[in-house]
Amino acid sequence: MAIARIQVPASPKRGEVIEVRIAIQHPMETGFRYDDAGRAIPKNVINTLVVRYNDAQIFRAELGSGISANPYLQFYAVAEASGDMVFDWVDDKGERGSQSVPLNVIE
Amino acid sequence: MPDRRRFICALGGIAAAQLIAASASGQSDPFAPLIAGFTGGAPARPGRVTIETPLLADNGNAVPLRITVDSAMNAADHVQRIILLSEKNPRPVIAIFHLGPRAGRAQIATRVRLNGAQRLMAVAQLSGGSFWSGFADVIVTSTACWDES
Repeated sequence: MAIARIQVPASPKRGEVIEVRIAIQHPMETGFRYDDAGRAIPKNVINTLVVRYNDAQIFRAELGSGISANPYLQFYAVAEASGDMVFDWVDDKGERGSQSVPLNVIE
Repeated sequence: MPDRRRFICALGGIAAAQLIAASASGQSDPFAPLIAGFTGGAPARPGRVTIETPLLADNGNAVPLRITVDSAMNAADHVQRIILLSEKNPRPVIAIFHLGPRAGRAQIATRVRLNGAQRLMAVAQLSGGSFWSGFADVIVTSTACWDES
C-alpha cells in the first residue's frame, strides 16, 4: 500500500535514546469532504500504527481524522541491540502497510 | 402589573438563568467527559505534560505539535498512554499514543488538523496509575474542515 519514509540513526550506541521519525503517504480522508458530484467521500484514515523492535512492541498510536494528511510521527526508543524496527499500520479500509529498518547498534 | 405579564417576565428570567448556567458549564470544561473516559473517572492533575505548538498556526490542516511528559522513563516509572484532545474538532480525540519504558524519552511530535483557534489538551497515564494533564492554546488563521484541500 502506502509508501513510508522512516528515519533512524544509522549506528547508535548501545543504550542511546534515538529519535525515530516516520511519514506515511496517506490522504487521511476525514469523511467530511464531498467529491465533484456532491457525494460524501467516506472516512479513511490510518487508525493504528504499531512499532516493534526486536519483536517487542515499543510504540503504538491510535490515530483519527485529526491527524494531518500524510501522517508524520516522531518518537523515541532506546537502542538496546542490533535488529529490525518493524512498522505496521492499517487504515479504515483494512489496507495494511509494513516497513522495517535495520538498526546496527555499536557496543 | 397584570399577573400574566409578571408570569412571562419570570419565565424569561428563568430561561436566561438556565442559558447562562448552560453556557458557563459548557465553557468551563468541554474536555471533562473525554478525560473521564480516558482515565476511567480518576482525576487528572495539571502538570508534567507540555504541549508545544506555534502560537499562531497559518494552516489548520497541518499544525505541528510536540507533547512532552516529565517522566524518568524507566521500568519503575514511565508513561503508558497519552491522549490528545481537541476543543473544537468534530472528532475531539485526535490520537492516543501507547509508550513504555523502552521509549527512553516521553516525547512525541506530529502534525494535526485543527478546526479553528482552540485549546488542545493532553492527558498522560503514568505506570503508577496517576494521570497528568497539560494544555496549549493555538490560534489558527486558516481552519481545516472548511476548505476542500
